[in-house]
Amino acid sequence: MKNKTNFNSTFYLLIIPVFIWLIFMIVIPHIELLISSFLVEDDMGEMVISFDNYIEFFSQKIYWLTFVKTAAYSIGVTLLAFIVAFPIAFYLTKVASKKSASFLILLLIIPLWVGELVTVYGWMVLLGDNGVINHFLMSTGIINTPINMLYTDFSMVIGLLYMSVLFMVIPVMSSLESLDDSLIEAACDLGASKWVIFTRIIIPYSMPGITSGSIIVFMLVIGDYLAPNLLGGKNSLWFTEQIYNNFLQTFNWNEGAAFGFLLLILSSALVWVALKLSGQKLEKVGS
Amino acid sequence: MSDILEIKNLSKHFDDFTAVNNVNFSVEEGGFFSILGSSGCGKTTLLRIIAGFQQESEGDVIIHGQSMKGVPPEKRPVNIVFQNLALFPMMNVRENIAFGLKRQKLNKADISFKINEMLDRVGLQGYENKKVTDLSGGQRQRVAIARSLVMNPSILLLDEPLGALDRKLREHMKVELKLLQKEIGTTFVYITHDQSEALVMSDKVAVMHDGQFEQIDTPRNLYKNPKTAFVAGFVGDTNRFELKSTADNSIVTAGGWSLRMPGLKKPANELYIRPEALIINPDDNLENVNTFDVTIKTVLFDGSNTKLSTIVKGNEEELFISLPQNAQFDGIAEGSDLKVGVHHNDLKYF
Repeated sequence: MKNKTNFNSTFYLLIIPVFIWLIFMIVIPHIELLISSFLVEDDMGEMVISFDNYIEFFSQKIYWLTFVKTAAYSIGVTLLAFIVAFPIAFYLTKVASKKSASFLILLLIIPLWVGELVTVYGWMVLLGDNGVINHFLMSTGIINTPINMLYTDFSMVIGLLYMSVLFMVIPVMSSLESLDDSLIEAACDLGASKWVIFTRIIIPYSMPGITSGSIIVFMLVIGDYLAPNLLGGKNSLWFTEQIYNNFLQTFNWNEGAAFGFLLLILSSALVWVALKLSGQKLEKVGS
Repeated sequence: MSDILEIKNLSKHFDDFTAVNNVNFSVEEGGFFSILGSSGCGKTTLLRIIAGFQQESEGDVIIHGQSMKGVPPEKRPVNIVFQNLALFPMMNVRENIAFGLKRQKLNKADISFKINEMLDRVGLQGYENKKVTDLSGGQRQRVAIARSLVMNPSILLLDEPLGALDRKLREHMKVELKLLQKEIGTTFVYITHDQSEALVMSDKVAVMHDGQFEQIDTPRNLYKNPKTAFVAGFVGDTNRFELKSTADNSIVTAGGWSLRMPGLKKPANELYIRPEALIINPDDNLENVNTFDVTIKTVLFDGSNTKLSTIVKGNEEELFISLPQNAQFDGIAEGSDLKVGVHHNDLKYF
């Protein structure tokens, strides 16, 4: 009996910080946001409850377009991240020696230490009209006028990919690490070609890692502000920019809160659909 | 019967060590051939070379009279059951067994027929939609064997597939595997470090040591007439003695125990006597039998495998004697003396 009470008090002691964090940092701000998203200033300067903030979103085509573009590009970047990350993860777990693998992983992590802002500036230096790439191409005579790469969707996608790809590599690696080589040999022994081994054994086996990597990358990308703003330029039309504008440029916090909620609903819905489509369960992906 | 598998002068060298050293053998069609050896003797390497996962350094693997040089694993008429089974965890039982058949581009009805037939054979009807992770050890074993057998290979290679099972289940699977092999008639090449598995199941056993074959023989011959000291010591329980000297008609052990051995030819330095070769209270009229007295130290009771630990009188050599459990010896007491005999033919010297 005594033991049980002891266990319970320790348990509560451990759970309290988590609860404080959840309530003060997540639940209360979200309730606050939710309430303010339904408030509108009327003609008298009083706050009244209204759906106007949401109606505004649905009635303005530019908001709609931004919303859809953000979703589509986020999905696209997630796919690209998978295409880039999978060979890296496979090489690091199955091909490279233990020693060189840990060195290469360190190389992958270093850009993260520098911070997103610095890496984004790094890409600006590389991609700009007078940047490293254009300078090199012009000095070698391959092109005469600089190629416009910065402030396009191309540079934005590059930036988003660069900052998120590691978050795909790590979970896929941990999935692949537990893949026994004898599974690949067994498939080979049963007459499977390399393509079949890849699509029927390796990919399904690493599906939990791929799914959790995809969720992280998707969430990071859809909620990112720096890369779309600095690399995508004025026409990047990223939904976080609309939220930012509402909060800090037009000072319409209520509209901003409504947009924030719409983004939350959008990203959660897309993740839910993706989980359903891939037949994965969130609990399994998280472990 | 013809030989389905021939191994000719096969060697495999790694950087600074030779895993398989000039091995030669052949396996008859429909036979159950075991390679018995302790871990690290090169048996797994040998099996992987036959399966095609590793390249031989020298020599040749010949299946159905055709050299397998340069033939990739997926094109060889052999299938392998891995040590850890290597079942595909994301597939159910049926999908696991169907995996190889689907690669052969058979039509759905044929695949279905073959799978049902195989499920029947290994006794897994009703389990086809279970996840392999939900099966017991013995059932997983059967799935792995079914998955390979359904491919109808010329030779089925088995890499210690019973190693992970508990003792009771292993004993059961041993019998089951032998019956299955008899029933379907596929040639099995089985590698193991467990001599009981090899002896019980096989038609022929090769004992492997340090990359070489010590002896290839029937289980009975291997046990009764070991050709080398390693085989005598490795297969079955035995008493081993260092020899001090060998004269024309007698052997003297390092402990000073002298035994008559008429017709001893070669000089030898090791002597092996099986515990069950020792006759308790032998008849005085028996010919060609050494008789001597021992003092019983302890009775090591182990059911049908009960042994006496004894000391030979007059010298201090320790000798284990099998004790039949037939009431005759129930009264045998620790500390008492016993007359024991051993036939000349049961003295194995090398």
